[in-house]
Amino acid sequence: MGAAGLAAGGLVSACAPAPERVQTSAHIVIAGAGAAGLTAASRLAQRLDGARITIIDPRVRHLYQPGFTLIAAGLQPARYSVSRTASYLPRDVNWIEAGVAEFDPDANTVVTSTGQRVRYDYLFAAVGIDLDYGAIEGMDTSLIGQNGLGSVYHSPEAAEATWRSLDRFAETGGEALFLRPATEMKCAGAPLKYTFIVDDILRRRGTRSRSALTYAAHNNVLFSVPIVSEKVRMLYQDRAVDTLYGHVLKSIDPGARRAVFDTPGGEVERAYDFINVIPPMRAAAALRNSPLAWTSGPYAFDGWAEVDRYTLRHVRFPNVFVVGDATGVPKGKTAASVKWQVPVAIDHLAAELAGTQSDSRYDGYTSCPLITRLGRAMLVEFDYQDNLTPSFPGVIAPLEELWISWVMKTIALKPTYVSMLRGEA
Amino acid sequence: MQELDPGVMLAVLLEMMGIWFWILGALALCGLTGFGWIIVRERGLSSGRLVRSQAFALLAGAAALVLMAHVTKSGFTDAGGPIDWLLIVAIFAGGWIGGTILIYAAMGWWRFMPGQERLVALITRLRPQPAA
Ligand SMILES: Cc1cc2nc3c(=O)[nH]c(=O)nc-3n(C[C@H](O)[C@H](O)[C@H](O)COP(=O)(O)OP(=O)(O)OC[C@H]3O[C@@H](n4cnc5c(N)ncnc54)[C@H](O)[C@@H]3O)c2cc1C
Repeated sequence: MGAAGLAAGGLVSACAPAPERVQTSAHIVIAGAGAAGLTAASRLAQRLDGARITIIDPRVRHLYQPGFTLIAAGLQPARYSVSRTASYLPRDVNWIEAGVAEFDPDANTVVTSTGQRVRYDYLFAAVGIDLDYGAIEGMDTSLIGQNGLGSVYHSPEAAEATWRSLDRFAETGGEALFLRPATEMKCAGAPLKYTFIVDDILRRRGTRSRSALTYAAHNNVLFSVPIVSEKVRMLYQDRAVDTLYGHVLKSIDPGARRAVFDTPGGEVERAYDFINVIPPMRAAAALRNSPLAWTSGPYAFDGWAEVDRYTLRHVRFPNVFVVGDATGVPKGKTAASVKWQVPVAIDHLAAELAGTQSDSRYDGYTSCPLITRLGRAMLVEFDYQDNLTPSFPGVIAPLEELWISWVMKTIALKPTYVSMLRGEA
Repeated sequence: MQELDPGVMLAVLLEMMGIWFWILGALALCGLTGFGWIIVRERGLSSGRLVRSQAFALLAGAAALVLMAHVTKSGFTDAGGPIDWLLIVAIFAGGWIGGTILIYAAMGWWRFMPGQERLVALITRLRPQPAA
């Protein structure tokens, strides 16, 4: 999530003063206990009085994903990102430790992987993203950390293994390849920042002059917000990072250290000494294959949920809200967005239960602390319209490489994230 | 559109500093109380002691900067704009002002510590004496 961005957003309240608790006996089911699911559970428990809340997720470990970049930069150990799901659950929330195998919104029911049918009055779907490594021919996640193969997104352990690969590569230098998938993805700034980090580490080790860094963009820009894209282009030019456009990783041969890209002009093969593989991303399978997914348009292919972009309420099933990475909205697959989405969705649910109306709106706020070298970052925050929406206008310039933005990313983001999970920020 | 919310800031600070929030808070409270007490007791500020504590507190300012560099895994050469320099000055000033208050209070208190004279005498006696 916007690393410093969430931090910045975290110091700022998402909603007006604490609203009154709403009396209800409704059964609310939350599918997924990641950043969005846990935040929703905490906030629902605070906001509703008498509700029965059930959360369903098989994952016992909670993963603080924005920490993966710091782990892969050698600044933190893998355990930095790992905690226990149970430690964030409010006391009276019932946790079913299983996956949702099937969403049946027509019957207001979910079916778990153990066959249990759970009926709900309201559903919060927060099942996040599936990393589709299988879509890259030849990719084997068990090889991450060997032979120059890195992949920051996979897990904290893979991020640490990626660091070990980078550490070895930085001693000798060589060809380094960076890329991103052609799908929607969480924290779209992460591949860019890792490129900057590798550049900086090579400079510190004195092997930058022996190296060539190439960033392969999947389309014709480096970032979806034009002004940020242009800034990154200038910085890459300044740091001598070569840029390719219209390149999508198709297959990889980890033994021979060769990667094949699909390009508008056909397949292109490139050799590498170090690569950071970022797989295509799709909505979590259970949601993707359910009636909750878009059935047409740009978000249908990867199964993102069809919600109203301003309320996060499902368009066809009004008692369903989808928050977090699984939502089919134009922006906001970050934890920073979660922090702004969840209070809006809950406000709409609470208003309905209280028989009133809510005018809360999620404007697409998302944020990305774009690390530009170890010790500096740009705190990029924007909305659906690609407007820059700085949390500290006139104080922290969004497109300036600053130490203060780095300080936020390294010390304030994780506490803000954890406070968010507890419903306190 | 966005407002600064003290409750949120408190929650984040508590999460960020853990037990240190309370330890540092208690230290700040002790320093301020001791400082206030000594001013009331002595009916004013002793300028000589203030200057000495300010001088010693320069080390506390420097220590605050070193601590910040350590926890953020970065250095001050990373400062990239005016806000960064302001932050560096603020961190130094925080350490310096806090240090001054604590040291001033400790120095003032020292004179009123029971058994203080005996302790000073003992320390003087323990010092290596020049050979006769
Ligand atoms: C490398 C990296 C860097 C990032 N950097 C930042 C950053 O700097 N700033 C920022 O704001 N964000 C960042 N993010 C993004 C942020 O981590 C995500 O946007 C956020 O975690 C989304 O929350 P979520 O709850 O939607 O998904 P997740 O936190 O991924 O949680 C999804 C949960 O759903 C569960 N689940 C999946 N399928 C099912 C099922 N069928 N049944 C039940 N449960 C299921 C999973 O087990 C998981 O617990 C980064 C992410 C990565 C990977």
